[in-house]
Formats: sequence, C-alpha cells, structure tokens
Amino acid sequence: MNSFKDLRDAAFSRWEALVNGDIPVIYLGAATCGRAAGALDILQTIQAFLEERHIQARIVQVGCIGPCYLEPLMDVALPGRPRVSYANVTPEKARKILASTLVEGDLLPKMARGHFGDDAFTIQAGIPRFFDLPMLKPQVRVILRNCGLIDPEEIDHYLAKDGYLGFMKVLSMTPEQVIAELKDSRLRGRGGAGFLTYKKWEICRAASGDPRYLKGDSKFIICNADEGDPGAFMNRALIESDPHAVLEGMLIGGYAIGARRGFIYVRAEYPLAVIRLKKAIQQMYAYGLLGENIQGSVFDFDIAIQEGAGAFVCGEETALIASLEGQRGMPRPRPPYPADNGLYGRPTLINNTETFGTIPHIMRNGGEWFQQFGTPENTGTKTFSLVGKVRHTGLIEVPLGMTLRKIIYEIGGGTKKPFKAVQTGGPLGGCLSADQLDVPINYESMRANGSIMGSGGLIVMDEDTCMVGMARYFIGFAQRESCGNCTPCRVGTRILMDTLDKIVSGSGEPEDLEILLRAADTMNKTALCGLGQAASNPVTSSLRYFRSEYEAHISEKFCRPAECKDLFEYHILAERCSGCGLCLEVCNTGAIQGIWKEVHTLDVSKCSKCRSCVGVCARNAITGFPLPSFSLPGILDGASL
Amino acid sequence: MGEVLFQNNVEQSLPFEGFSGKPEELIPLLQSFQKTYGYITEENVRQIAHFLKVSESHIYGVASFYSQFHFKKPGDNTIRVCLGTACHVQGGEYLSQEIQKTLGLAPGETTPDRRFDLHEVACLGCCALAAVVEINGKIYSKMTPDKLRDVLKEHE
Repeated sequence: MNSFKDLRDAAFSRWEALVNGDIPVIYLGAATCGRAAGALDILQTIQAFLEERHIQARIVQVGCIGPCYLEPLMDVALPGRPRVSYANVTPEKARKILASTLVEGDLLPKMARGHFGDDAFTIQAGIPRFFDLPMLKPQVRVILRNCGLIDPEEIDHYLAKDGYLGFMKVLSMTPEQVIAELKDSRLRGRGGAGFLTYKKWEICRAASGDPRYLKGDSKFIICNADEGDPGAFMNRALIESDPHAVLEGMLIGGYAIGARRGFIYVRAEYPLAVIRLKKAIQQMYAYGLLGENIQGSVFDFDIAIQEGAGAFVCGEETALIASLEGQRGMPRPRPPYPADNGLYGRPTLINNTETFGTIPHIMRNGGEWFQQFGTPENTGTKTFSLVGKVRHTGLIEVPLGMTLRKIIYEIGGGTKKPFKAVQTGGPLGGCLSADQLDVPINYESMRANGSIMGSGGLIVMDEDTCMVGMARYFIGFAQRESCGNCTPCRVGTRILMDTLDKIVSGSGEPEDLEILLRAADTMNKTALCGLGQAASNPVTSSLRYFRSEYEAHISEKFCRPAECKDLFEYHILAERCSGCGLCLEVCNTGAIQGIWKEVHTLDVSKCSKCRSCVGVCARNAITGFPLPSFSLPGILDGASL
Repeated sequence: MGEVLFQNNVEQSLPFEGFSGKPEELIPLLQSFQKTYGYITEENVRQIAHFLKVSESHIYGVASFYSQFHFKKPGDNTIRVCLGTACHVQGGEYLSQEIQKTLGLAPGETTPDRRFDLHEVACLGCCALAAVVEINGKIYSKMTPDKLRDVLKEHE
C-alpha cells in the first residue's frame, strides 16, 4: 500500500498536468441540475466537435458551481490561460465558442461570463472574474470550495485540493482531541435543529455500547442524506459535486466516537448522487482510506450506502434508523436519543450531510479558524438553495448572520414582480414577509420570527403567490407524509387541510382562523416527532404575517394573486392588450378570441384557468378578478387594483 | 430542455444476488426486485418472505409505507411531475392538471392502453430550474402547460 504522501504527490502531479498542461481543458457542469438544463447534449456536441476538427482537448465533467440559472455552464481553459466560463450554452452556442477559443484562440469576451484567473487577466482579457459576479461575490465558499471545480469522480482531484489532510491530521490525535477541536469550532448541526455537533459526538464517545458485541462494532455512524424538504437540494449538490468531503467527515466521525461502520442514507430520487458515492467509496478502498488498518493505523472503518424509499419522515433520525433496520419508517419518542440507543440498539451518531461535509475543513484548519466566519453563537458558513421567484436561482453558501435582504437582493438579484414572502426551513418552516428581510439568518432569529433555519431551503415568492394556497400546499405535503402513528399529527393535519380547503373554495367563515390556530397549537405541543410538531408552522407563520390575505379569501371571496381557482376569473384588460395574439396561440380551450392587432377577449365559461396565457403575456393584460357573484362595487372597473 | 441519462446500474442477475438473508435487508431487496421487474408482484413477496424468514404481511406493511414501491405493473412511459415547493411556486400543479386532462388519468394511475402512468412526487432536486417534469428518467426543466403539451405529443 502506498503511503498517504505518495498518493498525495501522485495526485498533485496529475492535477498539475491537467491545469497546467499543454492541451486545452473543457469543463462542463454535469450535476443533475446541469443535466436537466441540457448538459449532456452539450457533452455530445463537444465530443463531436473535437472529433470532426481533430482537436486534442480534455473534457472534465464537474459538479454544480452554484448559479443554476446560468446552466448549462461550459468552461474552456486554453494552455497558459485561466478557465473561462460561458453560460446558458446551447449546442449551437457551444460550437461557436469551441471554434473561436480552440481554433482561433479568441476567448469571445462578450459571450464569456467570467474567468477563474487573477485580476491581471481581467484587464488583459476584458472578462470579469467568475467569483466577482453579483451572485457569487458576497458568498464565502468553505463547504462548496471544490464544487464545480474538480471532477467528483476523481479521488486524485480531491487529494490535490488538500483532501483527506484533515483525516490524516486526526489520525495523529486522540479522539478526545478531535472532539475538543470540534468544540472549539462551535459548529452546530446543519440539519436544522442547531444542536452543537460536538455534544452529540461527546455523548456517543462516552456511551459504552453493548458489551455483547465486538468492541469495534458496538457503535455506528449514519450520514443523513435523506434530503426530503421539497425545494432544497444542498445535500444532493454537495454529494454530486464533492462526495469525498462528506465521506472524509464520516471517517473522522468514526475515529472520534470509536465506530467501526458507517451508513449513508441517500434519497432514492437522487440516482446520480448514489452513483458518485459508490465510485467514491470504491476509490477510498483502493487508496487504503477505508477497510482495515487505514493508512497503517489501528483504525478500521467501512461505509455502506442505503437508498431511501421515498418517505419524508425518514429524515427524522429515529425514523431513519427504523428504515435502516428494514422496518416502516416511523419515529419513536426520544429519549433515549440515538447517541445512546440507536441502530440495532447501539450508540449511533447521526449527522446531516452538510455537517459531515464541514468537518474535514474544521479538522484541517482548526476549530478557531472556523470561528472567523459567521457570528459568535452561529459560527461558520451555511449552504442554502435559493429558488422560487428570484432572478438568480441556485446553490449558495454564506456566513451565518447575513440578512435575508442581502441574500435575496444582492445574491439573488431580487424578484421581477414585487417581493412578497420567503419560506425558510422547508415545509416545516415558516414564511417571512418583507418586514423581516433585515433579520440576520441564524438559528435563534429564525425561531424568534416564527420560522426555522431548517436544512436551508429559501423559497422566494412574489405577489403572484397566494399565501393561503401556499399554506395549503405545505399542509397537504405534511398530511401525505405523516406516518399516522400519533393522533395529533394524523388528525391535526386533516383538520388543517379541511379548513384550508374550505377557505380556498370560498366557503370559509371568520371562525375558521381560530380553528386553524387551535389545531396548530395542539399539534405543536403534543405531536410525537418533529414532523408533527412543526407541520403547522406554515399556517401559523402565514397567519401571523399575511392574515389580511386569509380574510380576503373569507370575506371578499377573492384570491388576489389568482391562484385559488374558485375565487377569481380571468379577464383581459383592454387598455393593456396590444393584440399580439400570443395568448390566443397557447389557449387550448378556445376561451380567447381576437383579431391580430385588436383587443382580445376571454370567454370566462370556457376558461380552464391553466395560466398558460398569463405566462406568455408580456404586458400583464390578463388579470384575475373577483367572481361577479361575490364582487364588491368598484372592483371590476379596476378602481381598487 | 435536456436529458438526464443515468448509467444503467441494474444488474441483469437474480435480484437476490449479494444478499445474505438478514431481515434488515428487506428494503434494499424490495428495491432490487423493483429494479428488475418494474414492480413488486405477489410472487416476489412470497419469495422475499421465504428468503428473509419473515411474514408476508410484514413485507406488505413495510413496502406499502414507502411511496417508492408499486404493486401494479407500470405503463410504458412513466411521467413524474415534481410538486416540490419551488415547482409549486412556479406552477407545478398546473402541469399535473394539464397531464391529467390530456391523458385522462389521475396521479398514481395508468392509462387503460398502458401507455402512460402518472406520479406526483415531492421533489426531484432541480429546484433552481422549476417547474420540472420527468418522463422516463429525462428531466424537462422550466415547464409551462403550453410547453408540456408539445412534450406529451412527442411521447404519443
């Protein structure tokens, strides 16, 4: 077996040969999001182009660099020059870029989005630095430092970027020293609850385990990659772009608590992540980073992958353990906590994917180094998936304590239509309104404002989103995903859903709001697990900040954002319509009639409210109005709009 | 609009291969059967029960808990509409309604000619490109009901 130094040296020379070699390198963002945007078509185009022109170039498929709205991203690095990135590439555009750059040596500064070199190159080439783009500049990349820059299927790339250095350092420390280092960092669990990570590790370390089992196999490590929050994809992106970082974190965890085996529980909806983890684990065995006597030490460790089977509640740690044991994924009351009594009744350390992904950096650079990011009580950086109605959607990483305003307006580039709300913490979190935009993001402030940090989904909504409909959406999700084990959650979600159904269909009554709040309170106080306790958060938070919208649904029977189908009808505003005919083209029910260049009309009785026409109208001429039977004087003529 | 093609990691061997018969292997085993046959048959359940030495009712209990497992033969084309939060905000439900109307089936159902089946799923993890629809593993991003009609025509 080669020593770690030999492996690292070899990895360095391979990396050097790639980035400072004499053949051009083409980097392509090919994580799931890149692929959904068409990266694999681009890959075929690149391959065909190189073959046709007999050009020698290396193609490297990298992971997700973050700004998904720019996908597919193709970068070209000519020998002796830095990587230059081109965004929203289509096969035709790719051919043009390749022909100019590879054949003529022209970097097309007008098409280029950014480069990865130094400031001198910015002036020389007339291209900005990629990391100076408005979306990237305010970010601090610790966890995502390799994402989009290395080939996630090459362990050598990870090693060349100081990978496994943290683990090698840990091997020379005692487990207690490792936990002390973690304590120094004040890292808090990135799954959302914000429990200090070192405490979990300490309890697991101290737990004696079951004496009936062999010394090494009496404890377990589990990495929770069952990222069930709809609207969040940080863990998927991290695993697809830098799987070794997560695995190194598990290795360090195993050493610190004295476990012999680790499991990584991945969502079944993430097939590419599973493939990349499998490859990464094979490479670790080949390099002597897993198995027996790792790198000549007395430490043995194995990691197995378990695919989830599509149950949101399995993100809850006790449900996840039940699922790993081959049972129905139902949570059980805690205590005992898994740190004492977990998988097969033995002490088990469960951490979120992002927590494990952060550990190697803490170990390599020290706990104190980690404190420089964020605030004293909320140290470090956190990844978020910034999605919804913002201009720049994607995966971001910021120091804790940054305000929502900075994230949404500077990084996200703001919204096209006026901002209305942001949902934080996933389906169990809450909606915050424009008044809370200056709240710094940290575990305490989020909770104080009626939401939670959660795993890190940020879904931005504009005035076209109905908050009652949104609450109903989340409750529908919680109801479907409730395991049915405890009554408050099973019946509570039903009460909430029925009441919200009543409101959105136009038969809501003023006392329904009281019913919602009472059911929410009961669930919050009595449900068995986190899902049931927090399931009502979207209702309580939207009632707290958007009560008037509920009241409009109940008293005026009107859904102003035109989402609740029973509470509005579409009309074309004559003064805005230019007669372009786009709406006529997309309408498949024949509701829209009109002649080119003349004002079009919409027949309410034929309209299915599919919103296709609203999406294509550039002049916002198609607008929702209250139904005539409910209408109040003055609304139809636009006076109150 | 692009294509997500994953490597075919379905081994064309017996679904029991690589399993030792421990009860905790139930979920991976069900996944292996579903990968091989497309769904779980009554016969499969009997085989697994025999192999793991657990009752059939236990297997049904576990399998029916997870939304991944199906007991009915799927159609030729599988459509999965993402109803994650980002897709909801960008109109995912309108996409589902469009499919239901065009193909005349409800979520979880298969068309009588066995050409399509429709599933509503919680999140496909492509939130930044919402709203998305997945047809036979291929993800169509930034969909609208209008664009979706053209995509459905391609598969008819």
